[in-house]
Amino acid sequence: MGFDFSLVIPRLPFFWTGTIVTIETSALSLLFGSILGVFIGIMRVLPFKPARSLAACYIYVIRGTPTLTQLFFIYFGLPALGVNLSAMASGIIGLSLNSAGYIGEIVRGGIEGVPSGQWEAGRVLGLSYQKMMRFIVLPQALRSMLPAIGNEFVTLIKESSLLSTLAITELTMVGQQVRSVTYASFETFIIVGAIYLILTTVTSMALRLLEKKWSVM
Amino acid sequence: MIRTVDLRKRFGKLDVLNGISEHIEQSEKVAIIGPSGSGKSTFLRCLNLLDIPTSGEVWFDGKNITDPRCDADATRRLIGMVFQHFNLFPNMTILENITLAPVRLRLKSKEEADRAALALLERIGLADKANAYSATLSGGQKQRVAIVRALAMEPKLMLFDEPTSALDPELVGEVLDVMKDLAMSGMTMLVITHEMAFARDASDRVIFMDGGLIVEQSSPDVLLSNPRHARTRQFLQRLLQEA
Repeated sequence: MGFDFSLVIPRLPFFWTGTIVTIETSALSLLFGSILGVFIGIMRVLPFKPARSLAACYIYVIRGTPTLTQLFFIYFGLPALGVNLSAMASGIIGLSLNSAGYIGEIVRGGIEGVPSGQWEAGRVLGLSYQKMMRFIVLPQALRSMLPAIGNEFVTLIKESSLLSTLAITELTMVGQQVRSVTYASFETFIIVGAIYLILTTVTSMALRLLEKKWSVM
Repeated sequence: MIRTVDLRKRFGKLDVLNGISEHIEQSEKVAIIGPSGSGKSTFLRCLNLLDIPTSGEVWFDGKNITDPRCDADATRRLIGMVFQHFNLFPNMTILENITLAPVRLRLKSKEEADRAALALLERIGLADKANAYSATLSGGQKQRVAIVRALAMEPKLMLFDEPTSALDPELVGEVLDVMKDLAMSGMTMLVITHEMAFARDASDRVIFMDGGLIVEQSSPDVLLSNPRHARTRQFLQRLLQEA
């Protein structure tokens, strides 16, 4: 049996739009997820037990339930509480909250990996906890966290395909639509897969460059 | 300058300090010697509240700093401390290491702090390393920078916790030279050390600790050559044999 890309090629602009949506939703989720994740990670190590427990609880729930269930809960479940979000908003919020859980755990590991001597050196200079965290501990933790953060970014790009279940026309949804019109399933998802591969490769390469740049210091 | 009253520290079931009452005068240089596990480090760390004493008091500059109402961060600004393992910040240049605290605590402007730091680096012969990262320095250079970083806060008292123990033997001298310079400038210093030559030449008083207590103390000449207690003699003899 032969493969025929001639039905799919004319629809390439359609793939392009889907790719843009995938990039946008992933990038926004990465941004919000990272910001929230740093807070969660810091809460995990604060010398204040309720904050630690709260963050631990959050991470426990996020990591213990499927991402798809989390998205459905926000989009289909929250309206019961009067919270009506668009599919796009639900998707980005869902992915952000999800990645924040994983990034929070990475941040905690990074902070705990900074030797205690660094804290002590900051304390004997009279620096406050916040100043030590900001100027001494977090910069060092971030550097050691970078490989794990890179993995999380790649995971998030792939998981953004779940947004197709909320009828968001990101890349995988576009694939579904092209397939249903052309019946060229094989060709369509070869292209979809190749585009994901390009996105994840570029992302990991960019983070590896950053890693190299930081390791010089 | 600094005074302790019946200082005790317990870690879990382990009694590390068993009641230390001691007084260090302004400009005095005191060497603390003793076997490992004798509580010398913990004693030093209680003086700037890195370890919180289980009971007893520490008075610094006329204030009871063990009082919970006392601002520990503010007190620590006046007490410099140098560690065995230097603990320079690897994510900053040497200059940034030295100016971080004075600038971030708003004690000096960036320009003032830079100028003061460069003058200090000049004094220890490391001005050319100002923009280097600590990973490129030798152990001796790192420790000299660590001393200068503490001095940049213009402390009234300097604590040294075995400052040369992690150094290769040929690098010990350069660090001791900086400390002797500092001693001559009139700084009040408390130094835990295994360098008996330094204790003899640069200190006014030597304290021998064992079992969380001060066993004996006197001028370096007397304590190092003619100690009263068998435990002190034993310790000094073992040091001699190792050397």
